[in-house]
Amino acid sequence: MSSAESKGGAADISLVLAIRSGDENAMAKLYDRYSSIVYSVALRVLGDAGAAEDVLQEVFMQLWRNPGVFDSSRGNLAAWLAVISRNRAIDAIRKRRPESDIADVTVSVEPDLAGDAERTRAMEKVRGALEGMPSAQRSALEMAYFEGLTHTEIAAKTGEPLGTIKTRIRTGLLALRKVFSA
Amino acid sequence: MSEHEQFADDLALYALGSLTGDERTVLEKHLEECSACRRELDQLRGDMALMALSAGGAKPPARVRQRLLNAVAREPRRPSVPVRRPGWSPVPWLAAAALALLAGWFWRQSDQLSQRVAQLENQSAEQQAQLQQAREVVATLTATDALVVPVAAPNTPPQPQGKAIYVRDKARLIFVASNMPVLPPLKAYELWLIPVQGAPIPAGVFKPDAHGSAIVVHPPLPAGTEAKAFAITVEPEAGSAAPTTPIVMMGAGE
Repeated sequence: MSSAESKGGAADISLVLAIRSGDENAMAKLYDRYSSIVYSVALRVLGDAGAAEDVLQEVFMQLWRNPGVFDSSRGNLAAWLAVISRNRAIDAIRKRRPESDIADVTVSVEPDLAGDAERTRAMEKVRGALEGMPSAQRSALEMAYFEGLTHTEIAAKTGEPLGTIKTRIRTGLLALRKVFSA
Repeated sequence: MSEHEQFADDLALYALGSLTGDERTVLEKHLEECSACRRELDQLRGDMALMALSAGGAKPPARVRQRLLNAVAREPRRPSVPVRRPGWSPVPWLAAAALALLAGWFWRQSDQLSQRVAQLENQSAEQQAQLQQAREVVATLTATDALVVPVAAPNTPPQPQGKAIYVRDKARLIFVASNMPVLPPLKAYELWLIPVQGAPIPAGVFKPDAHGSAIVVHPPLPAGTEAKAFAITVEPEAGSAAPTTPIVMMGAGE
């Protein structure tokens, strides 16, 4: 864990503890810190501002109603919120019930995403990694991630073998990790 | 990961929520037993968080903030409770017991801390680190792929050894044994709490693994019993209410 991550993590822990004790101002701070990452991923998935706002509201209200769902020893808050927001948005476009209890989601990520500057740097790296991918791989990853298509649906859509699609999705995700482990 | 290569692609699909049917069931079963794949799953979710960054930094309209804060103000604070986590523990009874203790301990700490959040921020971070450390200890103890190596002076044959950790007031007992001799068929070891007064109290039946190691966690015991010693006998597999054979190992508290 880097010192930057410790610092961001400590600030997050303090916020979650305050939320746990019912501090409404802490929710405002949390919103100011992370609404952009939660909203932008939901907006990209749903393509509709109103629906993305609903996901944002739902994700933050879940944390307000039961802050115990986030366990800071199991990942950083920004990363956790991003994953929950993406999953909820996908649930919404696929019109399915939430698949898993959000409390079960542990997120392990290298960069500190607590500060705006760190997030901007990480965003640039991720975009660079995506641009550097073969287009078929980037496309498979984006279909799986932002459109919520299953590997079977992607294979049917692209005419590629199922195994190829599966591997492209995984190696695409690993390529993102790699730019932060160098 | 190489030995789990067959699950590698499926783990990514599982993280994304697109694995279904038998493939999902098989993978979930494997995850229950494989700490390496659980770690990889957590990392894949981390990769998903990175992917979210590529969505750009769109900011929601200002009214959304007010809408959220209005909703927060409307909803009375509910006392939050620790969330049940259906764990993927390789030794569920041990992990569950240990994590429950840790969760309870940390919850109490957190509750007190919440009164003075600002001042205690650093302490809180420290406690998170301690909790993380404790979780890692439990994960190591319970890992199915852990290498268990007794360490002793050279040229000494391995001796059967046990350690009982007992908290009288809470009737909590953890017993760890190593180098236990192989048992005859249909027999098991039984641990006994020898009280200061009265007959030995059954404190768990166990069979060592192939390496002679065994752990007993929190056998049912009467609260507040003062222990003079702990002893082990060989008993029928179902255990006995009182020792039926001579004591094979014994240790007295200091």
